Amino acid sequence: MAINVTPQGQQHVERLERVWTERPGLVGWLTTTNHKRIGILYFFASLAFFGAGGVEALLIRTQLIGPNGHVLSPAAYDEVFTMHGITMIFLFVIPMTTGAFGNYLLPLMIGARDMAFPRLNALSFWVFLGSGLFLYVALLQGHAPNSGWFDYVPLASKEFDPGNNIDFYGYGLIFNGIASTMTVINFIVTIFKLRAPGMSLNRMPLFCFAFLAVAFALLFALPSLSIACLFLELDRQLGFHFYDVAQGGDPLLWQNLFWIFGHPEVYIIILPAFGIATSIIPAFSHRRMVFFPLVALAEILVAFLGFGVWVHHMFTVGFSSLTYVYFAAASLIITIPSAIQIFAWIATILTGTPVFRTPMLFIVGFIVYFIIGGLSGITVAAIPFDQQVHDSYYIVAHFHFVIFGAAVFPILGGMYFWFPKVTGRMYDERVGKISFWLTFIGTFVTFFPMHIVGILGMPRRNYTYPPGLGWSLLNFIESIGAYLLAVGLVLIVANLVVSRFRGAPAGRNPMEGDTLEWSTTSPPPPYNYAVIPTVTSPYPMWEPQDREADDARLDRGEGVLPEGHQTPATTVQDAQLDEILAMPPHSAWPPLLALMITGVFAMLLMHHYWIAVGFGAVCGMTLLAWHRHGVEA
Amino acid sequence: MLAASVVVFAGAVGLLVVAYLRRGVRGLPFFGERESVPEGMVLVFGIGVPLVALVALFGVSDVYLVKQTSPPNPSTTAMTINVIGHQYWWEMRYPGTPVITANELHMPVDTRVNIVATSADVIHSFWVPALNRKIDMVPGRRNRVLLYANQPGEYRGQCSQFCGMQHAHMAMIVFAQRPAQYRAWLANEERSAMTPTTAAARAGERDFMNDQCASCHYIAGTPAQGFIGPALTHLADRTTLGANEIPNRPAWLAAWIRNPQAIKPGVRMPDLGLGDNAIGQLVAYLDGLH
Repeated sequence: MAINVTPQGQQHVERLERVWTERPGLVGWLTTTNHKRIGILYFFASLAFFGAGGVEALLIRTQLIGPNGHVLSPAAYDEVFTMHGITMIFLFVIPMTTGAFGNYLLPLMIGARDMAFPRLNALSFWVFLGSGLFLYVALLQGHAPNSGWFDYVPLASKEFDPGNNIDFYGYGLIFNGIASTMTVINFIVTIFKLRAPGMSLNRMPLFCFAFLAVAFALLFALPSLSIACLFLELDRQLGFHFYDVAQGGDPLLWQNLFWIFGHPEVYIIILPAFGIATSIIPAFSHRRMVFFPLVALAEILVAFLGFGVWVHHMFTVGFSSLTYVYFAAASLIITIPSAIQIFAWIATILTGTPVFRTPMLFIVGFIVYFIIGGLSGITVAAIPFDQQVHDSYYIVAHFHFVIFGAAVFPILGGMYFWFPKVTGRMYDERVGKISFWLTFIGTFVTFFPMHIVGILGMPRRNYTYPPGLGWSLLNFIESIGAYLLAVGLVLIVANLVVSRFRGAPAGRNPMEGDTLEWSTTSPPPPYNYAVIPTVTSPYPMWEPQDREADDARLDRGEGVLPEGHQTPATTVQDAQLDEILAMPPHSAWPPLLALMITGVFAMLLMHHYWIAVGFGAVCGMTLLAWHRHGVEA
Repeated sequence: MLAASVVVFAGAVGLLVVAYLRRGVRGLPFFGERESVPEGMVLVFGIGVPLVALVALFGVSDVYLVKQTSPPNPSTTAMTINVIGHQYWWEMRYPGTPVITANELHMPVDTRVNIVATSADVIHSFWVPALNRKIDMVPGRRNRVLLYANQPGEYRGQCSQFCGMQHAHMAMIVFAQRPAQYRAWLANEERSAMTPTTAAARAGERDFMNDQCASCHYIAGTPAQGFIGPALTHLADRTTLGANEIPNRPAWLAAWIRNPQAIKPGVRMPDLGLGDNAIGQLVAYLDGLH
């Protein structure tokens, strides 16, 4: 939107305001197809699941604060640690990064007015919410999945886990995968086709490169998990033998399928963090990213190489050493694109004039913890060392530095960074810095001693441990760290909640950000930009003459597209104007269809197969009805 | 590995500290604002240095060290012990002898022992941290790992693959013994179970064979031929019960028989609902199985 709106420009703005009016109230939120509202829905839903996963983490740490703890029964502990893993990965990090950050920011960053498929976007949110509630109904019933998020068979087979705990897992993750698949298809098409005129691929923000890489990785990784879960449910419900060794199946098939998904998943979790870091670092360092093309290439390489390393999760199952040596080498190679990015970030900070405001502090914390987690990751690519520490707390330490330190810190920093854009108000800087230090110290105190206790021989997933093995003091320190960390996280949320109502007005670009979203008002209007911006560099906000040209075009009414819900489509590589797309305004079909899909999975779980088929038929009819209405519905 | 990690970490954090100290100044000391310098830095530290370090690590650990700890060729070891994982205990069999025991593994010192690890139910993982790496026990696979102790002593082992509710209490003790002691232990284990001598013990034996006990447990030389639970032929010589969960004393044994679920919730052995008298007789019998 233009910086200085002239009377001529104002009439175009008013026309857009009329065309893009949103429905008020609850109905507005239920039927919205606006990417920003969907992003906000994703944000609150995944934040709620983060709270649930956090409570589960605190229960685990309270149980392990001393030897022979009995806060939780062994059965409850198994459900809690399983749900902690499932929640944090499938219901928090992925929906928070792709669903909230990706949905809200991608169209803004590329100068579009919405995602390519707004109704599919809404559907993916409601399906995600359905799958999350589906899994939490299990916990409320006391039937939550209890074989770990990795869910190894035969422990997860009907013979050893006869209840419906594992069925919640099998159906729940297939269900959840539908939502993620729809999201990433939307991302790929949006990034390829809806970029503002002039934003050729080499001018696309690194944030978008990271999300493009994530989208492709998820698209190719998820089928492996869905198939694994389908086989699991066929084994459990219909007596198939995919994993049954007595009938010629193989439990290692599950492990292969799971980790073919599971390792790319690690990079799916961390790549959005890279994208957030490459947005925050240039803004606060007041300079362009060092070696932009190499960093973009490294982001894509990480996602690609992530598909070739899955057996390093299986270094102790007894495969041949030749297999192991190949996967160890592949795992070591991933260090290089990661190191490229780390040193590009450091070099950018070093040669710029950095200002260490709260978001930047979280990014520096991220770099420090990513280095720790990366280095411990290299050590477990050394096969003999991994075979010693595999499934011990050393691994728990390693992946929490990577997932919490390196993936969640940028999420927290990103929450502060874009808070003014989303709410129009500033957060409290002093409280922000205190919350950073609490979180930073809490993370270190919680997870660092786990390296030592793991080397001392403490296995993962134990609901308790005996005294006298040298583990007790370290576990006590870890639990205290976890409480400290929880205080830091609560303080972040409190800061943002209070600032939402009392914060100082933010203006358009309080962070001196370099990407397009900072050119529109805070919060952005439903149509994002009164005039579709034109881009000539990867740092559009640092090209003031381009933004003035946008203002001039608004005065002339060029590129305003006020005839309806419209956004331009451009060519994939060079982003030359291709056509004008009509976008659907709002629709009740996505939440309705999501409800019917939930019905299918609920009936499958309860073995009412014919009713499930009925719900499936209703899904089909809903889809037909949806498509009978054009985009004007 | 630790030293190299500390150097990398200190170097990277050092650069961040320099960045903080020079936050008001553009560019680098000595090099100024030439863009080729930070780009070169990314190439050197991001590609060059890691490449050298990783090749070295790969050579040392994944080519050389991995051979040192890898499973032995069957013909090169003095002996083999079969270890079978169960929910939630370990069965040990000594090939070439009739010995079947549980949860306490005896082996001679200064001897390369080939452990053949298999599973009777779900996936477990055999791990004695002080003696060598771990190996998973996967249904349908016969995995192997080398155990070697150069000091006599007791070494704690534990299941390291989540195997269900009592995964936390699936531990074992490895007794590495001097050869003479080991041979004496083995000779005793090869014998069938001792015949009970007291009236109470004889009553206990009768109860054991007639009640459900014998359908799950094995006692050599008696009708008890079950392999669902641990073999009890020489139970009185073991130091712990319940896979290293409680000490092997008559009072603990009685408590275990009275209600195993109270001591180890989720264990396969049910609460048999026996009276005090029957429990006392069973303890008298089992406590005499030296």
